[in-house]
Amino acid sequence: MKLPRARMASALNLAAPLVAVLAALAVGAVFIASIGEAPLEIYALMFHEAFGTGYGLGQTLFKTTPLLFTGLAVSLAFRAGLFNIGVESQMYLGGLAAALVGSYVALPGVLLLAASLLAAALAGSAWAAIPGALKARFGSHEVINTIMLNFIALSLVAWVGRGLFEAATVRTLEVAPAAWLPRLDGVLPALHGAPANVSLLLGLLLALGVGVLLFRTRLGFDLRALGLNAPAAQAAGVAIGRTQILAMGLSGAIAGLGGVNFVLGYKHYFELEFTGGAGFIGIAVALLGRNHPLGVLLAALFFGGLSHGALVINQRVPRELVNVLQGLVILFAISAQALAARLGRRWA
Amino acid sequence: MLAPTVSLRDITRTCGTVIANDRVSLELAPGQVHAIVGENGAGKTTLMKVLFGLFQPDSGDIVVDGRAVRLPGPGAAMRLGLGMVHQHFMLVDTLTVTENVVLGREPMRGLGVFDRARAEHEVAALAERYRLPVDPRARIAQLSVGAQQRVEILKALYRGARVLILDEPTAVLTPQEVDELFGVLRALQQDGASIVLITHKLAEVKALADQVTVLRAGRVVGGGRVAQMTTEAIAELMVGRVLAPLKPRSARSPGAPQLEAHALEVADDRGLPAVRGVSFQVRGGEVVGLAGVDGNGQHELLEALAGVRRPSAGRIVVGGRAVSGRDAREHRRAGLANIPSDRLKRGLVADMTLAENLVLGRQDEASHGPWLGGPALNERARGPLAEFDVRPPEPTARAAQLSGGNQQKLIAARELGARSRGAEQVCAILAAHPTRGVDLGAIEFLHGQLLAAREAGRAVLLVSSELSEILALSDRILVLFEGRIVHETTPGATDERTLGQFMTGRSAPQVGPA
Amino acid sequence: MEILLFLAAALRISVPYALAAMGAAVSERGGVICIALEGIMLNGALAYVLGAHWSGNPWLGLGSAVLAGLLTAWLHAEVTVRFRADQITSGLGINLLAAGLTRFVLVRVFQSSSNSPRVVGLPEWNLFGLAKLPGLGPLLGSPLVLLTLFLVPLVWWLLFRSVFGLRLRSIGENPQAAASLGLHVARYRSQGVLTCGVLASLGGAWLASEQHSFSDGMTGGRGYIALAAMIVGKWNPVGAVAACLLFGTADALQIRLQGSAFPSELLQALPYLVTMLVLAGFIGRAVAPRAVGVPYDPDQP
Repeated sequence: MKLPRARMASALNLAAPLVAVLAALAVGAVFIASIGEAPLEIYALMFHEAFGTGYGLGQTLFKTTPLLFTGLAVSLAFRAGLFNIGVESQMYLGGLAAALVGSYVALPGVLLLAASLLAAALAGSAWAAIPGALKARFGSHEVINTIMLNFIALSLVAWVGRGLFEAATVRTLEVAPAAWLPRLDGVLPALHGAPANVSLLLGLLLALGVGVLLFRTRLGFDLRALGLNAPAAQAAGVAIGRTQILAMGLSGAIAGLGGVNFVLGYKHYFELEFTGGAGFIGIAVALLGRNHPLGVLLAALFFGGLSHGALVINQRVPRELVNVLQGLVILFAISAQALAARLGRRWA
Repeated sequence: MLAPTVSLRDITRTCGTVIANDRVSLELAPGQVHAIVGENGAGKTTLMKVLFGLFQPDSGDIVVDGRAVRLPGPGAAMRLGLGMVHQHFMLVDTLTVTENVVLGREPMRGLGVFDRARAEHEVAALAERYRLPVDPRARIAQLSVGAQQRVEILKALYRGARVLILDEPTAVLTPQEVDELFGVLRALQQDGASIVLITHKLAEVKALADQVTVLRAGRVVGGGRVAQMTTEAIAELMVGRVLAPLKPRSARSPGAPQLEAHALEVADDRGLPAVRGVSFQVRGGEVVGLAGVDGNGQHELLEALAGVRRPSAGRIVVGGRAVSGRDAREHRRAGLANIPSDRLKRGLVADMTLAENLVLGRQDEASHGPWLGGPALNERARGPLAEFDVRPPEPTARAAQLSGGNQQKLIAARELGARSRGAEQVCAILAAHPTRGVDLGAIEFLHGQLLAAREAGRAVLLVSSELSEILALSDRILVLFEGRIVHETTPGATDERTLGQFMTGRSAPQVGPA
Repeated sequence: MEILLFLAAALRISVPYALAAMGAAVSERGGVICIALEGIMLNGALAYVLGAHWSGNPWLGLGSAVLAGLLTAWLHAEVTVRFRADQITSGLGINLLAAGLTRFVLVRVFQSSSNSPRVVGLPEWNLFGLAKLPGLGPLLGSPLVLLTLFLVPLVWWLLFRSVFGLRLRSIGENPQAAASLGLHVARYRSQGVLTCGVLASLGGAWLASEQHSFSDGMTGGRGYIALAAMIVGKWNPVGAVAACLLFGTADALQIRLQGSAFPSELLQALPYLVTMLVLAGFIGRAVAPRAVGVPYDPDQP
């Protein structure tokens, strides 16, 4: 009697993300129906737009890219037991750093690109290391500190922007072409001018890297042990504070690099509030992807597809439906996971 | 007012895969002290949680004054006149004594207005009446452990408890506080209340109880009037066997000191001194037993030795190397192995695999440069899992899926198992309550492993609340009381009773002038 | 006069902070983190506009705001108290949901992705002639300001002098202890969250009533500032309101200095910096209720 129930609980746990997506889509269907449209037809339209055409797919991939970075960033910190809500501002500052290096530093060819990328990673990393260090040193909660730093970054950039932005605009100078990340449609003409660019490949590489780091390296081992049971990790000789700072630093570096999708791969300049909430959706991505790089990739693709697919239905259903779905997915996912964990304990 | 007659009839309750209570029946007569004794894990606490409505029984009845009752929660139990003093006090540290006592049954002025003055007055009157001295306005966090326990008792009395259940009430008390507590309990008994005393200390049973029920592995294995039973008879019922004599320890002369503490001072979580100037040595090939009542500094001492709590003064030396006391990795590299007291808190990562748990603390040895993990890790685990009889011996199973005994064997496999060539070899072992809450087979296995480590010339510091374990395994015994080592002896020169005296701060009778 | 006007501006800015921060104090004292403030305020603001728009009556707008706040808080309570899911994530989810939902409704009802049409604000009350005072007058004529002034001692009293507050605080510190005395942990926690919903929604209604309309994302992070103020105020509603006044003054000063050479943007960051310093223990130590953020599981006593 016991065993099948235990299996059911673990199956439910694995299925939680899927359940959450379906439940969110179901509630979304009520919204769609409430304004007199046919939910299935709307969803089919969205799906076709997001994945059915070369251009649409290119747009979806472009929108997937920042979510892949932020999802990876959130999940890496999560694995170490840290909730990095500051991904939004880490990405923001990463993008600014990339733009500044790309437009003001004189370096030849590919060196400029490398320097811009490095600047993005360093800026994000430094910004994330602050709450990491505060946690390690004073035990102050990273959630509040990262939220505070999100706002501080906005003010900081607004202030810096006074001197940096082009007159009467909210953007920086254009980055030198040497630091541009090429678009993918150069190699894949099927994408028909969609803005998906090499950042996506960078993100895929990082996903692989995060996987290797977590499951094949000593640092990853320490980091996971810390996240799952800090006192045991401490007794096993893991330097808690140092590992926390390192985990936040790496998380911030990934987030910072995510900024280049827009800055080096698309517009070629930094613009005020260009991140548009990608950091917060990254939390949903990490949650839905169960903090596993592969899961994060799939979840990013799902949310990327949603956000592009929404454009085509806007005439019939407000595309803000997508934001509703994002929130619902989070709420359903954590509820389903908590429920599965509880049943697992009771049935074990 | 006389207490009601409370009977438990055929109570069965499973916790996970363990049958914690198996058709347990007992009867509590009014005005009597009824002791429930048994080893750790015998099911005493579970039984009392059933009686207090915190756990629902799978089957069986609770009968109060001849009427079968259902207790969906502690509220229902309290309405029937039951009160419980939990082993881990259920107090809100930031609130005052009065607030804790009246919580849930607050006197009110008008609708929803807390009548603090009246509450304080009532609590003071109650404390006066039962001679439980405590300041109604003090915050719990400022009180001594003994005073906190008095608040717990007041909580039950305030709710009109006539049947008072006390779960291991003396585990954290000083001898004076134990005396005071027993005085209070006797007064309550005179007053007509029934008292259920959960304990594994037989001296207390003899001193206080009228009736005793002995639990072993979830079942009632005996009991009766205390006056008609000897302590030895109760002990034998508890353990279920005359303790198998361990393989005689070879007489061997210990080697060089491998674990040393010099004038060590360690503070507890609140910053108060818990270890006050402790010095000792454990030599290679020697088991030193550290005896003491819980809460006398063992916990802080062990954490400092393990390198997870920074000592405020003094030195720690492992394998001849001075270590800092604040970096477990450094301690391990000097040759320390650590079987921590709480396996799920510090010993294991429940959600990691067995193979990964075998690496915990031995990352140096298992990694190649920065790399660690993958199939090689699982292969590496098979040997130790088989050797230490961990069941199931499945490297990819999660530690959470193992029983308590197998979790403890998993830790032993990691801490005591063979090191690969070139890795630091273990010279000293901390073993804190290594057999707490595990089955008999695992106990014998773990004891054998500790003695094998001794044979191999390692130093073993054994901390246990089971004096029988300390007497059976140790070459030397130290007694810790209020953060100081107050006595040193050998198993041949002492017994449980004498050790108990020192553990409670009462030194042995002086023989002649010192 | 200049000073009075500045003071009035600072107070005006502080009102929604204060309402939401008091709500957060109630919720967190019971053990539930309320990052959902932002979403509750946003929903409350939109509901005010919808109610006032359709009925033409600002009081019905206020009622709708409270209802929306209750519903949003109820969702947070269901997820965190009934399902025992992570409280921080739930709050973030609710904030995302509210951002999406309000935009969806805005587009659907008012065919605009940025603004609602103009609606009536709450009327002016001239209580004891307060509304005619120089400088501060118009502010003290606002029913919501008067209500806030009345609520500060009331919420403090609720938490620290009422039986409900005693029970709620005990549950936020040690739910196991409270449950062992027969208190219903989930019920009190939910009531704490719902109270927070009412208070925060009043903050949202204030914003909408002041602006006479709803605009997309109009709370602009005020929920997070209120949360920070609650921490700076050490989980005490009076302390939280004091912190709100400080933050509100910084805001007012920043608005004053806009366009000047003074780096007013940095002044805007001041509340956040202060909060970080408090959390790190540089400005007094803020100790959270011990069980805040920890779901209570009665099966694991």
